Amino acid sequence: MATQVTGPQAGGPQGRLGRARAGRTSGRSRQGGRPQYKAYLYIAPAFVLFAVFLGVPALQTAQYSLYRWNGLGASTWVGLQNYADLVRDATLRSSFGHAAVLVLFYSAVPVLLALVLTALISRGAGLPGMSVFRTLLFLPQVVASVVVATTWVAIYSPDGLSNQLLRLVGLGSLTRAWLGDFGTALPAVGLIGTWLGTGLCLVLFLSGVANIAPELLEAARMDGAGAVAEFTSIVLPALRGQIAVALTLTVVAALKTFDLVYITTRGGPGTSTTLPAFEAYNRAFNTGQVGSAASVAVVLTALILVVTALIQRIQPDEVA
Amino acid sequence: MRRSQQLAGSLALACALALATTACAPGGSTTSDPAASSTAAPVSKDVAAAGDVTLTVWDQNTDGGIDDAQAKLNAAFEAKYPNVKITRVSRSFADLKTTLKLALTSKTPPDVVQANQGYPDMGSFVSGGLLRPEDDYAKLYGWDGYYPKQLLDLNRFTPDGKDWQSGNLYGVSQTGEIVGVYYNRKVLSDLGIAAPKTIGEFEASLPKIKASGLLPIAYGDVEKSPGIHIYGITQAAVAGSQAVEDLVTAKSGAWTDAPSVTAAQKIQGWAQQGYLTQGANGISRDDALADFDAGKAAYHIDGTWQLATVSKGLGADAGFLALGPDGSSTPVTTGGEGLAWAITTGSKHPDVAAAYIDFITNAEAAQVLVDTGNLPAVPPADWAPKSGTLEGDVAEQWKAVGASSGLVPYLDYATPTFYDTMSAGVQQLTAGKLTPEEFTAQLQKDYGSFVSSR
Repeated sequence: MATQVTGPQAGGPQGRLGRARAGRTSGRSRQGGRPQYKAYLYIAPAFVLFAVFLGVPALQTAQYSLYRWNGLGASTWVGLQNYADLVRDATLRSSFGHAAVLVLFYSAVPVLLALVLTALISRGAGLPGMSVFRTLLFLPQVVASVVVATTWVAIYSPDGLSNQLLRLVGLGSLTRAWLGDFGTALPAVGLIGTWLGTGLCLVLFLSGVANIAPELLEAARMDGAGAVAEFTSIVLPALRGQIAVALTLTVVAALKTFDLVYITTRGGPGTSTTLPAFEAYNRAFNTGQVGSAASVAVVLTALILVVTALIQRIQPDEVA
Repeated sequence: MRRSQQLAGSLALACALALATTACAPGGSTTSDPAASSTAAPVSKDVAAAGDVTLTVWDQNTDGGIDDAQAKLNAAFEAKYPNVKITRVSRSFADLKTTLKLALTSKTPPDVVQANQGYPDMGSFVSGGLLRPEDDYAKLYGWDGYYPKQLLDLNRFTPDGKDWQSGNLYGVSQTGEIVGVYYNRKVLSDLGIAAPKTIGEFEASLPKIKASGLLPIAYGDVEKSPGIHIYGITQAAVAGSQAVEDLVTAKSGAWTDAPSVTAAQKIQGWAQQGYLTQGANGISRDDALADFDAGKAAYHIDGTWQLATVSKGLGADAGFLALGPDGSSTPVTTGGEGLAWAITTGSKHPDVAAAYIDFITNAEAAQVLVDTGNLPAVPPADWAPKSGTLEGDVAEQWKAVGASSGLVPYLDYATPTFYDTMSAGVQQLTAGKLTPEEFTAQLQKDYGSFVSSR
């Protein structure tokens, strides 16, 4: 996206369009560089869809964030007050903190876990039943998130699977209502994200490994590289693109998490699992603080854009 | 470089354009004129004259007994007035809360809606000019004589939506509700404990029950709303009805006043002593109720809307009581009436809407409600379920709190954000994350900023 545009004609739409055509129809492109309005016709449908369903609502949200409005009656212009409150309000501040914790569970842990699994699995790629195994690992991504959340509520419940297992191995003293305990609720939600994300990362990485030229690995082995050296010097660098994609997907998923918390804890106990997206929903539809909700949404969107842009930096250039 | 500058430039231009085209503030920048909605047109009982009418009704009567009653009443109304067709949209309480605002502000709002009392819902609807005052219909149908004043006042607001319990009438209610203590008669009598009447007697019974190896109070708060009820009935019994009423209606007092702190101390004490279900923040209300129904606990705090469930679960052993302050003989507890049936300002057939509301709330409807296992707001005069049964207890307590004005409104009526503040706070209180003083300070902070912003 951010490729450098150089050359004498860079800078205007005419220049860019002219240059794009230069390769194939060099003769016509020199006829004075008239704006090729036809080109806009091709992007028009996509642009109109984008503008109507994404652009306008996004701008409206930005506008709402500058008002105090209960969603019903008249609104009051408050300028940046809602953004200032965002910093001052401890509940809102902590909701962003909770999102940061979720990033660890949704992103860091699955990527590391998937890398380890990739190292193991890629060596057994030819084994029978491998595709079944891969499908099973990817399954969490396919199941609707409401189903996932409801299942985990049952697993975490006082008499659920997690506590049954603990009792089975004689750790009955550790049992608790995992989603109802102030200390464990947020990690418990996070672990659901880990479970969701690992399969996705793994499938991405395995496909990346499949692209590595066998000769490279062969050469490394001939040079006497062990399993670890082979992984760190050949596989890992080759997976840079996939890792960037995996990080982008999982970090964004963590930051905009809403469904899991909505189903499992509703932000509780207390406010220990509130998240920005949940706060935005709750404020807009439950507590009649539309302006504040909009400001949370705007900040969350900006945050996601910045984080995504930063992650793009580890993309190798040739993939970008 | 140049390109990104240009991109930024065109983005800014697009933003400016979009803002210019949508320059008006959300919801209109001038204060809407609620007075304009009070129509001077004469009102009439004549439904047939309206011609063919489709009446859209949004209710929250989704639970077993009340859903039966509503279906019966709707069918009877359509049979009586063949020119009226009712389109019923029935949603659970939580779903209604999140969608009703959008429906009311649409170009074609429903004709009749159930609006929750208090500042968060009814107050904001009224201030937005979305509900039609019903005082003229109250006179026409005699609602002002049929309902006790306390029940009517719960559905009143000043036209600006700023003062609750005075001003115009914006609806009438179908059912009565009190939150109280369901108790297991057998468990208490086996332990030689008389059914408590005051908060002091209730507290005194808790260690005895615990000592016998039984759980004193089956309590599950994962849904967060039970926390409001346990605090509500405790605060009511400690502070008395007037003090709490003044607080919730924003007339006087502070949540940090001594009785509110005392109530918080009591609840935290119960949690610490093991009088409440262990890990209650992770236990659902239904699971707690199931424990009580299975005879594993002596008490369960819940509303009269659970009457049918408890009656089925515990049978003849089930009893219901409302606590009063120490030294008092009359109960003071959280309660009120079902959501108000209101007419929207956008309704084209207010006469038909009012006739419908009267039809589903009047004395005949009350009989239907009783027959389907509900507590009507105004029970039929001859309604006297057998004393010593659960139904008998509920009827007696409802009459008792009505006679002594011992009904305290739901605490979450206080401010638009109070439900969240209080329900999260009680979870923190029972888990020992907040001291009683910190808990009440948190309530007061929410309350204080709302009161000063009005």
